Amino acid sequence: MTMKRTLMGTTVGLALVVGLTSSAMAEEITIATVNNGDMVRMQKLSPQWEEQTGNTINWVVLEENVLRQNVTTDISTGGGQYDVMTIGTYEAPIWGANDWLVSLNDGMAEDWNADDLLPAIRGGLTVDGTLYAAPFYGESSMVMYRTDLMEKAGLEMPDAPTWDFIREAAAAMTDRDADINGICARGKAGWGENMAFLTAMSNSFGARWFDMDWKAQFDSPEWKNTIDFYLGMMNESGPAGAANNGFNENLTLFQQGKCGMWIDATVAASFVTGADSTVADKVGFALAPDNGLGKRGNWLWAWSLAIPASSEKQDVAKDFVSWATSQSYTALVAGEEGWANVPPGTRTSLYENADYLAAAPFAQMTLDSINSADPQNPSVQEVPYTGVQFVAIPEFAGIATQTGQQFSDALAGNQTADEALANAQTLTTEEMEAAGY
Amino acid sequence: MATEHSKSSARFMIAPAVFVLLVWMLVPLCMTLYFSFADYRPMRNTFDAWIGFSNYASFLTSSSFLSSVMVTLQMVAGILLITIGGGVALALLLDQPMFGQGIVRILVIAPFFVMPTVSALVWKNMFFNVDNGLFSYLWKFFGAQPYDFLSQSPLLSIVVIVAWQWLPFATLILLTAVQSLSSEQLEAAEMDGAPGYSRFWYIILPHLSRAITVVILIQTIFLLSIFAEIFVTTNGAFGTRTLTYLVYQRVLESQNIGLGSAGGIVAVILANIVAIFLMRIVGKNLDN
Amino acid sequence: MARAISHRKKMMWTALAWGIGLLIFFPILWTFLTSFKAEATAIADPPVWFFFDWTTENYTAVLERSNYPLALMNSIIIAVGSTLLGIIIAVPAAWAMAFVPGKRTKDVLLWMLSNKMLPAVGVLYPLVLIAKYFDVLDSRILLVVILMLINLPIIVWMLYTYFREIPGEILEAARMDGANLKNEIIYVLTPMAVPGIASTILLNIILAWNEAFWTILLTTVNAAPLTKFIASFSAPEGLFYAKLSAASIMAIAPILIMGWFSQKQLVRGLTFGAVK
Repeated sequence: MTMKRTLMGTTVGLALVVGLTSSAMAEEITIATVNNGDMVRMQKLSPQWEEQTGNTINWVVLEENVLRQNVTTDISTGGGQYDVMTIGTYEAPIWGANDWLVSLNDGMAEDWNADDLLPAIRGGLTVDGTLYAAPFYGESSMVMYRTDLMEKAGLEMPDAPTWDFIREAAAAMTDRDADINGICARGKAGWGENMAFLTAMSNSFGARWFDMDWKAQFDSPEWKNTIDFYLGMMNESGPAGAANNGFNENLTLFQQGKCGMWIDATVAASFVTGADSTVADKVGFALAPDNGLGKRGNWLWAWSLAIPASSEKQDVAKDFVSWATSQSYTALVAGEEGWANVPPGTRTSLYENADYLAAAPFAQMTLDSINSADPQNPSVQEVPYTGVQFVAIPEFAGIATQTGQQFSDALAGNQTADEALANAQTLTTEEMEAAGY
Repeated sequence: MATEHSKSSARFMIAPAVFVLLVWMLVPLCMTLYFSFADYRPMRNTFDAWIGFSNYASFLTSSSFLSSVMVTLQMVAGILLITIGGGVALALLLDQPMFGQGIVRILVIAPFFVMPTVSALVWKNMFFNVDNGLFSYLWKFFGAQPYDFLSQSPLLSIVVIVAWQWLPFATLILLTAVQSLSSEQLEAAEMDGAPGYSRFWYIILPHLSRAITVVILIQTIFLLSIFAEIFVTTNGAFGTRTLTYLVYQRVLESQNIGLGSAGGIVAVILANIVAIFLMRIVGKNLDN
Repeated sequence: MARAISHRKKMMWTALAWGIGLLIFFPILWTFLTSFKAEATAIADPPVWFFFDWTTENYTAVLERSNYPLALMNSIIIAVGSTLLGIIIAVPAAWAMAFVPGKRTKDVLLWMLSNKMLPAVGVLYPLVLIAKYFDVLDSRILLVVILMLINLPIIVWMLYTYFREIPGEILEAARMDGANLKNEIIYVLTPMAVPGIASTILLNIILAWNEAFWTILLTTVNAAPLTKFIASFSAPEGLFYAKLSAASIMAIAPILIMGWFSQKQLVRGLTFGAVK
């Protein structure tokens, strides 16, 4: 505590000195970000950047949905309130194509090294050769499971399980009296919640959102198989309030030891093996399941920092983005909080770092998962769109949130799978027609 | 005496309020009206100033419109029912002789000061949550299966949250009304040997009717635009999408400003119909 | 004998009223207790009530991560500012409607109230564009004006109903004495109207404090009030009940304490003409 005080005091003092000597240079930038653990850590470490540059940061740290409201309103009206925004692989290409974001092809710090970025992640943030956002952390999805419960059930998790195995194992692990649910997965409605999971899952069942004429495909047998399987598995072995569970809720459940398996973002690996977890030493990892059709049910996402074109302090903003997404930031986090806590999934160099590989048992699985996701050809069938767990068109967020509500309702038992699929088909068709497809 | 003079100065005094409200209403409303006839989708860089009534057509004919109106009405009705029923009961209770009346009143009005986002977050996470919510512990304590409120009784859950916030408001207004009831009237009735419920039915309730109408009016105005509670708890899932929330989805989630604006205009028209309807009743009740 | 019964009755009413009062207050109490627990204790099964290691670490964490003083100040300025501005505009209007009613008065009043039903999100884009045009996004003055406009109908209505209860004869007497309009308002009406105005002010401060649509979407940093402060703690990764509770208590405590201290004034004028 005193340590921190002194440190803060020095920081303030230094900032003052720097401010006095170079007041003409010092700028104030506003950064909007999500209240996820890695971002909160960035906020905590940012005084070091402020100290180095003499600039100051106004942080706007918000819950994901509220953040999205704010930055979307700002970007689409050209409000110019933010200098750096945290966005994902869904927004970056769409906003970039609208010329709302600043190109990061040049003007980044010299040692920033764009070539070190993982190709899959970099590709998702690039439009026509222009990089529009710098990945802060990247993720795919995978299976996290309790090694002790798996053993107790007399089963062994393969490195690349099938859906049938997952369902069978989930049923075997479930012990409702002991409050253990075999499988935890997203059920909360939202394009970035249950629809991310279901869309990725549907890929491995051979389903697709749209055919080559942009016709909705929820009436296809592949989607029916996906939803039937999902609902069946969740009803057999899922937690009671599954329809309200998103990433955060499932994380809490897993940390409390209430999940046998959890299929979700690879970034969760450091949380389930971290200090808050009661089961930290009993977690194993496997690739997301498949159905033998050639696609696995894992997604690809990167929370990234982007600079809106409406910002008046783009150079300072670029300086900050370079700092926060650089290799030296990774080293900084490693020094302060340990290697297991560095933001994962963005750079090749991290996965060649022996210290990281030693500290993070989930590193190889994360890299394999990210590399096996293919946004260009997400489905077994031919599709007119890109994106694994989303469809990279502006209408998707609105549509998928509504279809997500249908499936969430089905998971809650308020309607059948067929009703949910029929409703999803109707409303997707309606929306796509309204959008002029 | 000088009525002409005071009339004109009255007009002069009303003018600022009318003026700012006119500006407030007209400028954004006219812009909304303008957008509602446009194909305005910023995410697509689309702005086509006149596409006729097609936004209205697609808003009104979409499968979600009618259900959202029904949900809105059910929600408002549910909340009014609880707050007025509970409010009358609480007002009568607080009017009884007791120790520490002031403190009880403080406890009862407290929820009114809690911001909607906070109360929704607290209820959702710490009470309704099926794994870690207090209700689940309570259910388990009595040997029942934990109940997932937000997906099984979503509308009721939201009604409970909002009613909890507005119960104090209703109670306070009704309490003032109860206290203004002359005790002679009641005592006379007691002397006549009128039983409790008939005293309530024939003396107290008629006396409260005016206060009840006021509560209905004021609360309806606020309840029609409930947003934060839905946004925080269900995000419009499980059939809790009200008209306001539907417009929100069109504007912010689908980024279809034209369609959303049309929805906004429809909502204003519907709200005004409700308002006129309410005013008729209330106006009559307030005039005499 | 009679006294004994009434005493027993009083005890009964006391028990019942306290029981219900505590039940209604319970969510706030529970939030308060949770805010002093460690995160793991906050979700302990079975729940712990009073006997746990009380800690202020959640408050420290919340303070460290966000600018609470600024948010608090913004909330105060926006709530009080919009209310006072509203009162200044509404008092003359309500006075005129109450004492010099014209044929159209009722219609004007109803029209004002119907304004209140404008669904906020419907006018979001127009408003953001207007605010951007005048370069007032993320400014307190914008929020003060917007919240004033949103609540003005309620202020006018509340004052109107209160003024109407002031007997007209008093005014006529004052007029006989040769008081002009200005004096009439300052010396005769205002003293009588103080309770009503005070109550109106209090109610509107509460409403403005708790407004959570415009205050979130039209602010970023400089004008961001407590409603936005809460959004940083609402659903983070990992366990968060205790920190959320601490942030919640910090957001509602100021207005709650104000409300408790001023409840007499609040209640006195809060009738909306409900009592004849």
